[in-house]
Amino acid sequence: MSTTVERPRTQQELNYLNIDYSWKSWLLTTDHKRIAILYLVSITAMFFVGGLFATLIRLELLTPRGDLVSDDTYNKFFTMHGIIMIFFFLIPSIPAVLGNFLIPIMVGAKDLAFPRINLLSWYLYIVGAIFTLGAVVSGGVDTGWTFYPPFSSTYSNTYVMATALGVFIAGFSSILTGLNFIATIHKMRAPGMTWSRLPLFVWSNYATSLIQILGTPVLAITLLLLAAERIAHVGIFDPSIGGDPILFQHLFWFYSHPAVYIMILPGMGVISELVTAFSRKRIFGYGFVAFASIAIAVIGFLVWGHHMFVTGQSLYAGMYFSLLSFAVAVPSAIKVFNWTATMYRGSISWDTPMLYAFGFIGLFTIGGLTGLFLATLGLDVHVTDTYFVVAHFHYVMVGGMVMAYLGGLHFWWPKISGRMYPEGWAKFAALVVFAGFNLTFFPQFIVGYQGMPRRYHAYAPEFQVLNVLSSAGASILGLGYLIPLIYMLWSLKYGKRASANPWGAVGLEWTVPSPPPWDNFPQTPVVTWEAYQYHKPWQPEVEVGR
Amino acid sequence: MAVDTNLEEIHGPELRHHFETPDQQVETSTIGMWTFLVTEIMFFSGMFAAYAIFRSLYHDAFASTSKYMDVVVGAINTAVLICSSFTMVMAVRAARLGMRNMIVLFLILTMLLGLVFLGVKAYEYHHKWVEHLVPGFNFHYEEAKYERHAAIFFFLYFMMTGMHAMHMVVGEGLLATLLVMAWRGRFTAKWNTPVDMIGLYWHFVDIIWIFLFPLLYLIGQRA
Repeated sequence: MSTTVERPRTQQELNYLNIDYSWKSWLLTTDHKRIAILYLVSITAMFFVGGLFATLIRLELLTPRGDLVSDDTYNKFFTMHGIIMIFFFLIPSIPAVLGNFLIPIMVGAKDLAFPRINLLSWYLYIVGAIFTLGAVVSGGVDTGWTFYPPFSSTYSNTYVMATALGVFIAGFSSILTGLNFIATIHKMRAPGMTWSRLPLFVWSNYATSLIQILGTPVLAITLLLLAAERIAHVGIFDPSIGGDPILFQHLFWFYSHPAVYIMILPGMGVISELVTAFSRKRIFGYGFVAFASIAIAVIGFLVWGHHMFVTGQSLYAGMYFSLLSFAVAVPSAIKVFNWTATMYRGSISWDTPMLYAFGFIGLFTIGGLTGLFLATLGLDVHVTDTYFVVAHFHYVMVGGMVMAYLGGLHFWWPKISGRMYPEGWAKFAALVVFAGFNLTFFPQFIVGYQGMPRRYHAYAPEFQVLNVLSSAGASILGLGYLIPLIYMLWSLKYGKRASANPWGAVGLEWTVPSPPPWDNFPQTPVVTWEAYQYHKPWQPEVEVGR
Repeated sequence: MAVDTNLEEIHGPELRHHFETPDQQVETSTIGMWTFLVTEIMFFSGMFAAYAIFRSLYHDAFASTSKYMDVVVGAINTAVLICSSFTMVMAVRAARLGMRNMIVLFLILTMLLGLVFLGVKAYEYHHKWVEHLVPGFNFHYEEAKYERHAAIFFFLYFMMTGMHAMHMVVGEGLLATLLVMAWRGRFTAKWNTPVDMIGLYWHFVDIIWIFLFPLLYLIGQRA
């Protein structure tokens, strides 16, 4: 027996935020929504620390001479920018904040499968961050985020071990999040929530979790071997004592290339949600988009050698990695085409999340296509270790991932906080971010192609104009990130109260009040609709089963 | 946090609030444990990859180390570990049948066998120290031309068996926790998931050793 009932309005009164205000109720919470908030606060802090180092980099690069800081200090700047942004912002960002908050609700569960492990993963993240920030404060680290030996072994003169330990610990946080998502998505789905009805955000996070559990342990053992090598002075990676430095690069990129997909896949999931909601259309080719995520995760594990085209790996290995790197572009392109087809003849509205979605699709396409330049063996030799590479991955990571993260944060902000953000300011900020981003990174494609190498504090004078443009863009971009920080905080107190479904979007998360009650669903929902049922009327009331 | 106190009555004491049925809870734990073991395999795989590469690069040096590896002791330890897996299975069976005393007995046997393994391992490590075969701290190799590359073998030996031994120590701790729970009669025929899950972990640690033994002890024995 199932009846459609009007949701009791009294539920509005008690939600996961106001159920308890004590510190203990936050720091010992096992509620996935509160853990998501803990992550939101911590990764935002890390984002601005990483951004500080980006600012210092761009300041130094205003002039061709190394006049602001010494070369050693500059090495530390770009290293800490990379380590903090990658391991402490990009990798946890969408899964640990939006995924943590949304996945249980999207599949109709009361919590993630292992709530205490979820809390443990946040504490591991914090401990890892403390070690890394401790290393930053004590004098920094200058190996590059890749920790390549012999920079990190024989010639290391900085706090390599503390930083590596921080990354090692944060890695387990990532593993536990992935493990939790996999168990949740397999076993915690509500009745009627079949695999083919799962929101694509859940699919993409599932693919992400696969990479997290398979890749991250390899990074952990790599860093452990590096540490043990330094202690025992036995050659594993150090060639002067019989080790093999290429082995380190293989092991490192076996994790770190798939990690690129840990960063971008959840963003793709967000975009699938945004594009459908703001075009009022079903996703075009649901199955293709869903399996493209899995395909990216699987093929993504087989392409790591394209980071090593110039390290002396065999030509045949190079050809193999080149070919597979082209192959991974296919599922990525499927997604871009399907989002575009979804928008075709859709009823598009121009709310802030959709602006970020447009930004993502355009910038990710540029980032992805320039990735193909780099996957081409001959061309890669020309642009290896130039600003072309820097521009490429920032188009994917910042133009893609950060755009998707901001879009998703705006889209679900009413659900998370119960308040609407100010739409006018948000649109303005989205445009500022887009303009600032392109001004920062497009010139880097040009200087890179002309031959400006990355990771130097000084450069040839003819590159100055483009570098000044880039630094100017970076200050605009920085402003674009500050504006949302301010109005999001402002909206917590002064924002308009959000209804349960302010966007008129389809999905279980829009059936619960904003903000949701602490156990999400008083009764387990029964799902009777396809994902993205925008083509016919959808009753937002949850049918209460049993 | 204000947990609905009625939930316990509806769900029973061992069913956590976010699960619908006990079956769902058991299945979720199981998939979680297997996923965890997958990450463990990937963790060890980095060392296996390093071993494979250096073995092929420095084959002769690696083969020359075989005379320092005590196959008999290694084989005894392998047998001890396989027996401990058997007693673990018996503990899982006893838990499923809800036989408290049998669970306790087999958990104690498993722990004892695990301790025997660790004791033998400690004896072997001590022996290596006496023979100056601990790279970085106390290493002197008779065949000078192999010294540097043999050091890599022993380094990997200590890394791999050391990581394995650490997993054994963690396993002993988990078994001790199980023992206390079993002693207090927490496990019944209806609810015994922890015994099952830690059993999976114990078998995983066992099977890692099954791969380590031939790679480290039987290398070059016939050469």
